[in-house]
Amino acid sequence: MSDETKIDLELDLKGLLCPLPMVKVSQNINNVPVGGVIRAVATDPGAMADIPAWAQSTGNEVLSADKEGSEFVFLVKRVK
Amino acid sequence: MDENGKKSLAMVVMSGDMDKLFGAFIIANGAAAMGMDVTMFFTFWGLRALKKNVKTGKTFFGKMLGAMYGGDIMKANPSKFSFGGMGRWMFGKMMGKHNVQKLNEMRDLAVQLGVNMYGCQMSMDVMEIPQESFIDGVQEPVGVGFFLLKAQNADIQLFI
Repeated sequence: MSDETKIDLELDLKGLLCPLPMVKVSQNINNVPVGGVIRAVATDPGAMADIPAWAQSTGNEVLSADKEGSEFVFLVKRVK
Repeated sequence: MDENGKKSLAMVVMSGDMDKLFGAFIIANGAAAMGMDVTMFFTFWGLRALKKNVKTGKTFFGKMLGAMYGGDIMKANPSKFSFGGMGRWMFGKMMGKHNVQKLNEMRDLAVQLGVNMYGCQMSMDVMEIPQESFIDGVQEPVGVGFFLLKAQNADIQLFI
């Protein structure tokens, strides 16, 4: 899926700890258009739970959340 | 929910302990990121978390308190293993190694995220800590009635 999805913004969240990965995604979501996608790469395992929770709370969508080695890669779509 | 239909969090921060302040600001910043309206009501030992590194106190006792419990948020000691400042140093090292933000950075982020921070008017009066000693971004002081109204309408209420 990640191969086909158009990425509007890349976010490097490596090294950031709770709650910063979620904070950075929320600060940047308005920098992509509605329907746009952020690709975020984090190293904090807690982000695997936090970013989907953030999306659920704010009405946005996590298209995918994958562990790639020691990194966690998220595709987050701005819904509104 | 608040008047704008946003979910909201209302928090009393009575503690000035380093560990509890970490908890308070992590929760507040997380909630703000999740689009919530956040109120932090700082009272008693919590007031120092809002202060700049300036001297406070008008009367003898007020000045004494200002001297013994002075400084700013970076002076906060952990609630356990304080060891007269050693604990703060040790936790600071450990957190630095794990790249955790410092307390003052978390507080600045809270201001940036629009977290509403208020000093409790009564404890400010009693402890002789005036609004001028607070950092920019702290709202004008309020009382318990204001906090209770916020708490009544909030989805989450916390006491720290």
